Amino acid sequence: MSEMNATDRVGGTKPPTLQLSGLHKSFGTVEVLREIDLTVERGQMVFVLGRSGSGKSTMLRCCNRLEEPSAGSIFLEGQDICARGVDLDKIRRRIGMVFQSFNLYPHLDARRNVTLALRKVLKLGRDEADERATSALDRVGLANRADHYPGQLSGGQQQRVAIARAIALQPVVMLFDEPTSALDPELVGEVIAVMRELKDLHMTMLVVSHEMAFAREAADRVVFMADGRIVEDAPPEQFFTQPSEESTRAFLARYSA
Amino acid sequence: MDQLILQFFNVEVMAKAWPLLLRGLGMTALLCLAVIPLGLLGGLLAALASTSQSRWLRWPTVALIDLFRALPPLVLLIFVYSGLPFTGLQLPPFLAVVIAFLLNNSAYYGEIIRAGLISVPAGQSEAARSTGLTQSQTLIHVVLPQALRNVLPDLISNSVEVVKMTSLASVVSLAELLYSADMARSVTYNASPITLAALIYLILLWPVVRLMSRFQRKIAI
Repeated sequence: MSEMNATDRVGGTKPPTLQLSGLHKSFGTVEVLREIDLTVERGQMVFVLGRSGSGKSTMLRCCNRLEEPSAGSIFLEGQDICARGVDLDKIRRRIGMVFQSFNLYPHLDARRNVTLALRKVLKLGRDEADERATSALDRVGLANRADHYPGQLSGGQQQRVAIARAIALQPVVMLFDEPTSALDPELVGEVIAVMRELKDLHMTMLVVSHEMAFAREAADRVVFMADGRIVEDAPPEQFFTQPSEESTRAFLARYSA
Repeated sequence: MDQLILQFFNVEVMAKAWPLLLRGLGMTALLCLAVIPLGLLGGLLAALASTSQSRWLRWPTVALIDLFRALPPLVLLIFVYSGLPFTGLQLPPFLAVVIAFLLNNSAYYGEIIRAGLISVPAGQSEAARSTGLTQSQTLIHVVLPQALRNVLPDLISNSVEVVKMTSLASVVSLAELLYSADMARSVTYNASPITLAALIYLILLWPVVRLMSRFQRKIAI
């Protein structure tokens, strides 16, 4: 296991929760990520904005190596997760991920959607896993839906179960890949409420989303991507009122119009 | 009319042939118990290999599946039973049937299970892997249950075909249901034992076929 501490160079403090450094990704000859540097400090909520095709989702999916980076490194609490010989499954249980299309297991009820990894990955006993699942479902306000199958839940409820499935593993960081894009407008609020609660609990989060109002109100930093690069990285107030880049201004103008 | 009943529906002959046919039915059941689970297992392996990332696994598997789906099962059976002895390998009839059917069934079950595997959205595996489940845990707990459920009607209807196909074993003198009935026919010089065998197949398989149709109608809605 290569324990390379990325911040030792800067000082003796705790390494950032997530750090991407010089990340590249190509699909064939198409370069979708170029020279990405991004740091997410502990307890921070970082929002990633950008047009579709700008590489946001690919960058997010590189963070737990659902997408294999072509070059560069990713550090999780200082540990290089792209290093040779790392146990990827062990890394992934520390990184929660929430998908645009929920991806709940349709053949399992809400409780067993949450307990599957607790039982098989963390090797918890049935009772302990059930207990943890109940408390995770309770956190997203769905303890009373534990026996429901995904098909019996609304989109917003499904996404909240998916969040419960991820947080039950007590990850050090949560990745959100457009968590509200597949939802009817009236269901967006309940998912955002859960994310806001996670933020209040100081969960570290990297969020790809188009919910600008939420970004402005809750994010610690907003990152703007275009053509596979990060072109702007600023606190939300500055980002939305006086962005430094022309492409950010154009994007914001189009979205606020 | 009387002649017809006497030749095909002679209860007396049927009663006399009954013990022989019952033994034949036992052999048919034994064959099914061997070739259906083996075929499902072979099919699962074939499906996994034919959806594998590695082309060195995928291509030969696809070629073999094509080959054994194109070969008539009777040709395969006679080849295994009567062809292989020319290489000095004489297999007992039961084993010859099991091997021939394993090859044929694995190809058919394999194609069905493959269709099931690719019917499960990639997001399912991604979600499972993102929680730290290994590739085989993901397969066992997330992908396979959904894949098999999606193709359950096809698996059952293929199994009905397999039960019927076991009658081919009669050509290598394996005393299953049809062979026993034909024996009884030649001894009694009466076709009623064949009718009885047909009735037994019908009684065994018709409820399954009926159930399948209802099941498929339900899925269609």
